[in-house]
Amino acid sequence: MTKNITVPMDEQTKLDLTAGDYVYLTGTIYTARDAAHKRMQESLDKGEALPIDIVNQIIYYMGPSPAREGKVIGSAGPTTAGRMDRYTPRLLDLGLGAMIGKGKRTQDVKDAIVRNKSVYFAAVGGAGALLSKSIIKSEVVAYDDLGTEAIRKLEVKDFPVIVVADSKGNYLYK
Amino acid sequence: MREINVNEITEAVSSMCIEVNHVLSEDMKCALDNAFNKEESELGKQILDQLKENLVIAKEEMIPICQDTGMAVIFMEIGQEVHFTGGSLEDAINEGVRKGYVEGYLRKSVVDDPIIRNNTKDNTPAVIHYSVVPGENVKITISPKGFGSENMSRVFMLKPADGIEGVKNAILTAVKDAGPNACPPMVIGVGIGGTFEKCALMAKHALTRKAGVHSDIPYVKELEEEMLDKINALGIGPAGLGGSVTAMAVNVETYPTHIAGLPVGINICCHVNRHIERVI
Ligand code: SF4
Repeated sequence: MTKNITVPMDEQTKLDLTAGDYVYLTGTIYTARDAAHKRMQESLDKGEALPIDIVNQIIYYMGPSPAREGKVIGSAGPTTAGRMDRYTPRLLDLGLGAMIGKGKRTQDVKDAIVRNKSVYFAAVGGAGALLSKSIIKSEVVAYDDLGTEAIRKLEVKDFPVIVVADSKGNYLYK
Repeated sequence: MREINVNEITEAVSSMCIEVNHVLSEDMKCALDNAFNKEESELGKQILDQLKENLVIAKEEMIPICQDTGMAVIFMEIGQEVHFTGGSLEDAINEGVRKGYVEGYLRKSVVDDPIIRNNTKDNTPAVIHYSVVPGENVKITISPKGFGSENMSRVFMLKPADGIEGVKNAILTAVKDAGPNACPPMVIGVGIGGTFEKCALMAKHALTRKAGVHSDIPYVKELEEEMLDKINALGIGPAGLGGSVTAMAVNVETYPTHIAGLPVGINICCHVNRHIERVI
C-alpha cells in the first residue's frame, strides 16, 4: 500500500503501518549514525540528557557527503542499520519513534519495535543522489565535530521509504 | 627509462576520485539496465528504476552516486622502466586522494586508527597495492569501496577435499549473510587459491574487472555463470526486498596454492561498484 505521512507521526499512524507499505514521509527527521549513537549512549550512561529530544522522533541512519554551494545537502542515502542495533533498544524504550536505514536488525531490536509500537523503514541504499532531492533543509544540531557523523535535523518532502519492521512484529526481509 | 614527475600522479588520482564517484562506468550501467529488464518483481523493478534515475542525477548535478564515497583502494601497476621524480610516490598518491575528496565534495570516511577513531578529514590514507610489470607505463586503477558491502566480505580457509563444491557453498553463504545490508543487486569478487591475504586481494581486484567479461579459464567462466544463476535464485532481490536479480556479476580470479590449502576470498560489492582506470 502506498501512503503519504507527516512526520513525526502519532501513535495510530504507526500502528496502521504494515511491513511492505511504500511510504512518502514529509516533515522533520534527525540523522545519527555510529559515532553519534556511541556518544548518546555515553551520555545516558553518565545520566546526562541527550543533545536532542528523541521522544517520538525519527532517526535516519545517514552521513551525507558535503553540500556543494547553493545545495541543501550532498548525497544522502541510508547506511546499514545493523551497526546501531546495540544502542537501539534503549533508545526505543526511551521513546524514539521510528528509524530509517537499510538492512537487517537483530531480534532484540525487532522485539523493542513491537514493545514500543515503533517502526523501522528502509530507504533504498545507494540512491543517495536521488534521495537528496527529497531533503529540503539540513542543519547540524549536535556533535558538529563529528563531521558527516554529526546529528542533523532534516526537513524532508515526500521522502520515499518502505516499512520493513512494523509494530505487529511483521518483518519484510527473508 | 622514462621519467614521470609524481605531480602527474597526484593530478590523475585527484580527477579520477571525483569522476569515479559521480559517473558509474559503462559496464556497470549496462549491468543495471540488464537487471531492470530481467527483474520480475514489481517492487524490484521500481527500485532498479530509482537506481537508474539516481545515476542520471548524480552525473548531471554532480552529486555522488552514493554518500559513502568509500575508502580509496588504488592498484598501481608500475612499468619497471619508470623512474619517478619530484618526491615520494606514495605521498603523491595520497595527495591526489586528499585533493579529490576535499575539492570534489566527497565524503571523508576514514579514521586515523581503528580503535581511537578520529576522522582524518581528507579521506587519506588510501589503501594502495603496487605491482611492478614490464614496460614504461603506469596504470592506475581506483576503486572507492563502500563499507556496507565491505563489512559482509569473507575469507574461508577451505580444505583441498572441499573442492569446487566447497567454494560454491562459501560464496552462497557469504551472499546470503550479506542480504539487504550490501545494497543488492551486488557484484561478487572471488579469489581462489594463493594464501590467506592473496585470496582476499584477488577478490578485491576481481571487482575491478568489467561486469559481463568472464575469466579466460573455462572452468572458472563456468563457475562465474553458475554462481550468478544460483545467487539470483536466492530471491534476495533489489534492496533485499525480494526479486529475481540479487547479483549482476560474479568475477573470479585464481592463483596457485599450497598442497594443504584452498583459500577462498569473497569481496562483496554493492550495485555502486565503482572502478576507473588510467594509463600514464
Ligand atoms: S554498500 Fe554501496 S551502495 Fe550501499 S551505502 Fe555502501 S557504498 Fe553505498
